[in-house]
Amino acid sequence: MEVPILKQGDFLIASILGALTDTALTRLQENLVHAVRKHRSKGVVIDVTVLDVMDSFAARTLRSITVMTRLLGAKVVIVGIQPEIAFSMVQLGLRLEGTLTGLDLEDGIALLKAADTKDGARNHGR
Amino acid sequence: MDVELIVVESDAGVMNARQKGRQLAMTIGISGSDLTLLATAISEIARNIVQYAGQGEIEFRSIVRGGRRGLLIIARDHGPGIPDIAQAMQDGFSTSRGMGLGLPGARRLMDDFEIVSEVGAGTTVSMVKWERS
Repeated sequence: MEVPILKQGDFLIASILGALTDTALTRLQENLVHAVRKHRSKGVVIDVTVLDVMDSFAARTLRSITVMTRLLGAKVVIVGIQPEIAFSMVQLGLRLEGTLTGLDLEDGIALLKAADTKDGARNHGR
Repeated sequence: MDVELIVVESDAGVMNARQKGRQLAMTIGISGSDLTLLATAISEIARNIVQYAGQGEIEFRSIVRGGRRGLLIIARDHGPGIPDIAQAMQDGFSTSRGMGLGLPGARRLMDDFEIVSEVGAGTTVSMVKWERS
């Protein structure tokens, strides 16, 4: 199943719509990085609300997306991690270090906007 | 359910196996976060099969012990086997593209966990998730 990537202003939104194979996750990684470049996006929200499991491959791929996107000058927020997924991630020993997380899509957009404003203020003062 | 078998030879098989496991676990009364723990453990073990052996199978059996029901999952492959199981069960150890969390991670997610491996013959992982008493 493909993950659609929607453009909303300066941001991109990737909403995972169901269980994903490793191949689909890898494709999301490639598509997102290219989309960030193409649209000169400042941030990406990845909504994982309906993801059935967050295993080591999924967590590693999300972390790679965060790092690659950062290299292009954009930020990533992962939103919608369900309580039972958080529980299994901790049991499994998975961390999403250095990755911004938010409760839901709205929260994710707000986090990106806040980060954007802060960066803008900092650059302005230079 | 007596026995259900899923062939695992691709990442689609990995997804099928964890979905089948979750579905069967529900029918025997496993619920809530236990379903996610179980599905995640199956995902790790099934991915190991695809990565290291290329192909294998996962068998699901409903079992009863002391009045409690559980789902027994047996993952078998005829791959290269694991030379040093103690090392493979350590966090952070991985010879492939994983994070080295597959086997030790799956053990933490399940209630019972056992692994038998013979170099050149293959690997069998047996694990159980019990319903909450």
